[in-house]
Amino acid sequence: MQMYELPDAHGHFGPYGGVFVSETLTYALEELLRAYEASRNDPEFMAEFRHDLKHYVGRPSPVYHAKRWSALLGGAQIYLKREDLNHTGAHKINNTVGQALLARRMGKSRVIAETGAGQHGVATATVAARCGMQCVVYMGSEDIKRQSANVYRMKLLGATVVPVESGSKTLKDALNEAMRDWVTNVENTFYIIGTVAGPHPYPMMVRDFQAVIGEECKMQMPELAGRQPDAVIACVGGGSNAMGIFYPYIGLDGVRLIGVEAAGEGLTTGRHAASLIAGKPGVLHGNRTYLLQDANGQIIETHSISAGLDYPGVGPEHAWLKDSGRAEYVAATDDEALRAFHDLCHYEGIIPALESSHALAHAAKIAPSMAKDKILLVNLSGRGDKDMHTVAQRAGIAL
Amino acid sequence: MSRIQARFEALRSARRKALIPYITAGDPAPELTVPLLHALVEVGADVLELGVPFSDPMADGPVNQRSSERALAKGVTLHDVIAMVREFRKRDFQTPVVLMGYANPIEAMGIDAFVRAAKSAGVDGVLVVDYPPEECTQFAALAKENGIDPIFMLAPTSTDRRIREVAQVGSGYLYYVSLKGVTGAANIDVAEVAARILKIRSVTRLPIGVGFGIRDAESARRIAETADAVVIGSRIIQEIEAAGPAQAIARVMELVRPIRAALNA
Repeated sequence: MQMYELPDAHGHFGPYGGVFVSETLTYALEELLRAYEASRNDPEFMAEFRHDLKHYVGRPSPVYHAKRWSALLGGAQIYLKREDLNHTGAHKINNTVGQALLARRMGKSRVIAETGAGQHGVATATVAARCGMQCVVYMGSEDIKRQSANVYRMKLLGATVVPVESGSKTLKDALNEAMRDWVTNVENTFYIIGTVAGPHPYPMMVRDFQAVIGEECKMQMPELAGRQPDAVIACVGGGSNAMGIFYPYIGLDGVRLIGVEAAGEGLTTGRHAASLIAGKPGVLHGNRTYLLQDANGQIIETHSISAGLDYPGVGPEHAWLKDSGRAEYVAATDDEALRAFHDLCHYEGIIPALESSHALAHAAKIAPSMAKDKILLVNLSGRGDKDMHTVAQRAGIAL
Repeated sequence: MSRIQARFEALRSARRKALIPYITAGDPAPELTVPLLHALVEVGADVLELGVPFSDPMADGPVNQRSSERALAKGVTLHDVIAMVREFRKRDFQTPVVLMGYANPIEAMGIDAFVRAAKSAGVDGVLVVDYPPEECTQFAALAKENGIDPIFMLAPTSTDRRIREVAQVGSGYLYYVSLKGVTGAANIDVAEVAARILKIRSVTRLPIGVGFGIRDAESARRIAETADAVVIGSRIIQEIEAAGPAQAIARVMELVRPIRAALNA
């Protein structure tokens, strides 16, 4: 495979990505790009980032061989990249640590963020508290209901959580609202986007900060399993944990990259969030990518049991990886994800996030038909503590 | 010469400042949009900006977003908006109409199909909020070839280099967004705007319209001391929202009349 050097200078991954924003944001994005380019080439900045990942986040996160579950499935060996063991319980913190350092360098005193499941909001509130920055998190009022524990966590960390009542009252609307705040307060405010979407340089920058996941795996897999995996599997909403683990593997031709979208109640029901599989290219939130939209180009409401995957778009680099054939994209339903969730609890003593359970569900789907010496590496992107209410409710239990 | 150019030249020789009201197509009701456009011309609009509703209007404030949501709830599509312009043109051949909206509905229709349909309906300009010049080279060229002016925005944060770039691609007029923020945001700093307009004028001969934050006759008059055109959007939408369908046209006319008078003074 050729050297992979995307995006180009204007943030394009083939026809995807770019900077589709109103003129009011152009300068802010240019300023951000300049600051990021300078920082990524500055050994001092990178050293500080790595230091924080080690001592504050707790990296490297281990890779764990899920032996019992693999044996039960009766096929390929499943290894889990334990991002759930990070500080704050998910991969999101890798990126917020990076962007907070950048915000401080740029002299911004206030950070804002959008959040769906609340993991990115918590990760942002966490780094804001640590850096002494004011923090405002926009969250759809529907998501606030689904994720009350995370809302309280953000408040404990000193953040202001602003409920968003417009549109479908979920992640996409929170993103719209955060953009509006940024346009208005751009002088003192840094917008910490939590996924590999949005206008350039966000998809590139978030990917770079998350790439530590895959870089560690590339060192850990030979140590633990004697070789690199046959396939790397990750769930895809916006796609940051997937990009983080995929990116360092893109150049390794023998490794399949499989992204798992949320099929919700089933792809044929229309109640899902599988933008790459069921969507069409279009422009939303500052980039061109696959979108779930109606025939008139209006963005449609999505559904997933996991708030973190409930998004009608997807990072532009995933759109490119799909079209180029380098990565495959599949989907898992709410029920399949729940089954994998319970299995991991029962057989491995690990409570996974519902988002990550989609990746687990696909591993469980393909492992049985594979030889026992094949290796699947699943990104266990977060822990499931935040999902207790959702899972209990499904079982008819009120907590 | 495009209808927009012709209008601005006529205004220039009449030493009149342009009034550009904005409404969202389909709000408060699809059947009221064409009558509203005619009413706006009657009270002194020189160019009309007609918003294409979109589910995720990121650059708009809550007032315009609610307007978009009301129109979408009535099922208004880009096809419908173009049909409204066609209907408007049956009685008005003079007043330029600019469609304003977001990229995705246009791309869903296809840029060729959109430009063809818009041209045949009598659309004169198009302002796509999330199409900066560098992301829409093909679209802007196609629009120009078909006699539709691609209109672009400039912001308080636009650098000198950026102003030159945008002025080169844009035609019809330039839309200077007078605030850092979204539509319908707070008050406007007139002196600051005047200074920016001088700067923009030094690199382009295109007329300059100013919008975002103009809410009444007084702010309109003061902005018009330096700008060629004054755009009023959220304030009109607010009036429509408060008035409801039965009163919308009358209340909007009442709102706009004194603003026109102030611009003439």
